Amino acid sequence: MKITDLQSVLPAFQGIKSRAESQWRELRDGGKPVIMVGAATCGRAAGALEVLRAIKDELKKQRLDCPVVEVGCMGHCYAEPIVTISKPGYPPICYGYVNPVIAERLISEFILGDDPCLEFVLGALEENDLVPSFSDFPRAKFEKKVILKNCGHIDPEQVEHYIANGGYAALVKALQMQPEEIIDEVKSSGLRGRGGAGFPTGQKWEICRNAGGRPKYIICNGDEGDPGAFMDRAILESDPHSVLEGMIIAGYAIGARYGYIYVRAEYPLAVHRARLALRQAKKLNLLGKNILGSDFSFDIKLFQGSGAFVCGEETALIASLEGEPGIPHYRPPYPATNGLYGKPTLINNVKTLSSIRYIIQKGAEWFASVGTERSKGTAVFALAGKVVNTGLVEVPMGTTLRQVIFDVGSGIQGGKRFKAVQIGGPSGGCLPESALDLPIDFDSLTDAGAMMGSGGMIVLDEDDCMVEIARYFLEFTQRESCGKCTFCRLGTKQMLEVLDEITKGKGKIEDLDMLSWLAEDIKAGSFCGLGKTAPNPVLSTMSYFRDEYEAHIKEGRCPALMCRELIAYYIIPEKCERSCDACVGTCTVEAISANKKRIKVIDQEKCVKCGTCLDACPPQYNAVVKLSPPSQVPASK
Amino acid sequence: MKTVSLTIDGKRVKAHEGEKVLWAALDNGIYVPNLCTLRDNSEPSAACRLCFVEVEGKKQPVPACTETIEQGMVVNTKGPGALRLARTALELLLASHPVDCAHCPSSGSCELQKIAAHLGVKLKTRRFRKLLRELLVDSSSPVFIYDPNKCVLCGRCVWVCRERLGIGVLGFAHRGFERVVTTFGDGPIAESKCRDCGECVVACPTGALTFKDKQGTVKSAHKERVETETTQ
Repeated sequence: MKITDLQSVLPAFQGIKSRAESQWRELRDGGKPVIMVGAATCGRAAGALEVLRAIKDELKKQRLDCPVVEVGCMGHCYAEPIVTISKPGYPPICYGYVNPVIAERLISEFILGDDPCLEFVLGALEENDLVPSFSDFPRAKFEKKVILKNCGHIDPEQVEHYIANGGYAALVKALQMQPEEIIDEVKSSGLRGRGGAGFPTGQKWEICRNAGGRPKYIICNGDEGDPGAFMDRAILESDPHSVLEGMIIAGYAIGARYGYIYVRAEYPLAVHRARLALRQAKKLNLLGKNILGSDFSFDIKLFQGSGAFVCGEETALIASLEGEPGIPHYRPPYPATNGLYGKPTLINNVKTLSSIRYIIQKGAEWFASVGTERSKGTAVFALAGKVVNTGLVEVPMGTTLRQVIFDVGSGIQGGKRFKAVQIGGPSGGCLPESALDLPIDFDSLTDAGAMMGSGGMIVLDEDDCMVEIARYFLEFTQRESCGKCTFCRLGTKQMLEVLDEITKGKGKIEDLDMLSWLAEDIKAGSFCGLGKTAPNPVLSTMSYFRDEYEAHIKEGRCPALMCRELIAYYIIPEKCERSCDACVGTCTVEAISANKKRIKVIDQEKCVKCGTCLDACPPQYNAVVKLSPPSQVPASK
Repeated sequence: MKTVSLTIDGKRVKAHEGEKVLWAALDNGIYVPNLCTLRDNSEPSAACRLCFVEVEGKKQPVPACTETIEQGMVVNTKGPGALRLARTALELLLASHPVDCAHCPSSGSCELQKIAAHLGVKLKTRRFRKLLRELLVDSSSPVFIYDPNKCVLCGRCVWVCRERLGIGVLGFAHRGFERVVTTFGDGPIAESKCRDCGECVVACPTGALTFKDKQGTVKSAHKERVETETTQ
């Protein structure tokens, strides 16, 4: 870049930055309490918008004038809706499980009065003498927030918040570097693609930079489709500018002119916030023609995918962007040299791109100091399933699964026993307890039969049937298969048929050999990554939980008491209370009646195994049980 | 154009630089099973997964239709790994194909029969479940009958109609097991822009597309194409 350009970049940004900082200072140190409401999708699903309305109404009623800010997801999704109040004289306090009534109390008792309502506190954001802070939580020892640092602490709809917290400084620094220097920095940081495959990011950038053909494109892959994964959504909803900044830097480094953010339309809030961020960045000339007065021009458009899992595969994603059906194309040539409209195209995951600013700002060495030998930086996981603290987690690569599930996630809900953890979504696998001490990185997870994937982590407990879990994921891939190639279209369908039979107790032992044989062929023979990894959930459960498969086939028994066809509900006569009729009333098909002694009995012929009687039976009796195989039910006298 | 020499099944052959292994083999009289390729389609569709071969130095079998030839390359079309994948792929196709050859006008010219014979696979496979779909047969065209149940989704007809002829009546719809070749809006062929040229019927390797009334024409059209391809 020309020297004259560089001279204009810094002052141009200084103005923007000082305006943003003064706005941020006004908010933080304006002498008024600041109320922040977590209003990402996780918060909204838990009722954050109602809480927000209650807060605003109460403030109006009390004639209080204090800023109310909508922020993104802090990662404590289990405790949503979350409200953070920063009142002068107090540390910023975070309240969890807030409902409109609690919200009103917080206003009247804490904002108006001086009672910080300790009973609703989740934790304080800073260390203090009044309430325990998040840094005192056991999980704090294992977490390291890098790309999630801003999430839940700034208003994602205010670009000034992002800039005041160090945003776009990396872009300014990058614009003063040579593109090759940036690529070298990314290369030596050891950053690997966070979309799942873990391809070295710097190398991809270099290939794309050296590729002939213009214009070049950058695509941000936000087509997050794994069941149970929500990392990319949370980042786009909570800190969209970090993704934009990464894209602009990438654009400068590889010499691209245009970028696309590919987000699925099922993420309306992410779409809205990313669009808003694009408009704001454009207005500040952080995007568009001659960015900050330099000779680098770059534009980004947002494209809404219509929600096909296979579109996460890069060639299918490109086809979808071009208006074609989202069906993978043969590689090579790879998109880096021959992508969108046949031009060199860089496709990076949301998390990969939002890591870039830290690498540029803090240096490759700093980034590489976190993590393991071959997997650098942090890993972001969406912790879901039967774990106590569901939510977003960011830990250094190399942290063990046990630390993530038991220390950060606080273990299994309801004191149940851990059975397995499903990592990597439909392409990943289920790992048993014996694998819990595996360090989380790209290679060790693949070696164990799972994969890093994009970061979905579903925790399973003793009530989850591994055959059913495998069947569930296979049903997902079968439904989401584009149908182009024989192995994925018909092979996964055959596997699904067999698993269906096994969960219904109709499996044969020789089916298991057929399953593993076919699974190997699908892995080796499929056209794209979706097919090649589709058998993983089956293969991993078959290798770690073969006893469960055999119990289904040989004994017609589902050890986890999950497979409906292999269980029966039974009321233990000794435990059933004569005067209670709870189960009779809830039974949807009138299958329960009382006998002469007023003991309730289930008519197995009529029972549809919905389980409402088990839920209805008062815990002091606990008379309804599930039995497997159904022949365990004693013959009625 | 430069020529490259390579060895396929122990036979030294020559082919143009940049050629795919599949065509190098077929041109030299070495048959490799295939359903989804067409010579004039420059981008291999690689969908049928039948043309697996083993290449010396590669750990895994590769599809011959996507593998570019190299000087001194050693290809084995009959390696156990390649045959295993090809057989599984064929059996999967047959398990979802109404094998009713006795009543099928394409019997004798059907490429599934030919490939099954080549690979030593029985047409009525035992290994997999029979998974058929009950789709409506479209006999609205004055020229041909389209039976989607017999379709193996190779995509030849789609490509010929759309790319070679520029008409674009046929296309793919739906995903996964439900994927099907159909017209825009899934309407009858007679109500589409079909020009009744019958090129799709000629392209079809199975009995999914067959000429009406002229059973003889069907067979000869198929035979002619199969013969030209193998003898080329």
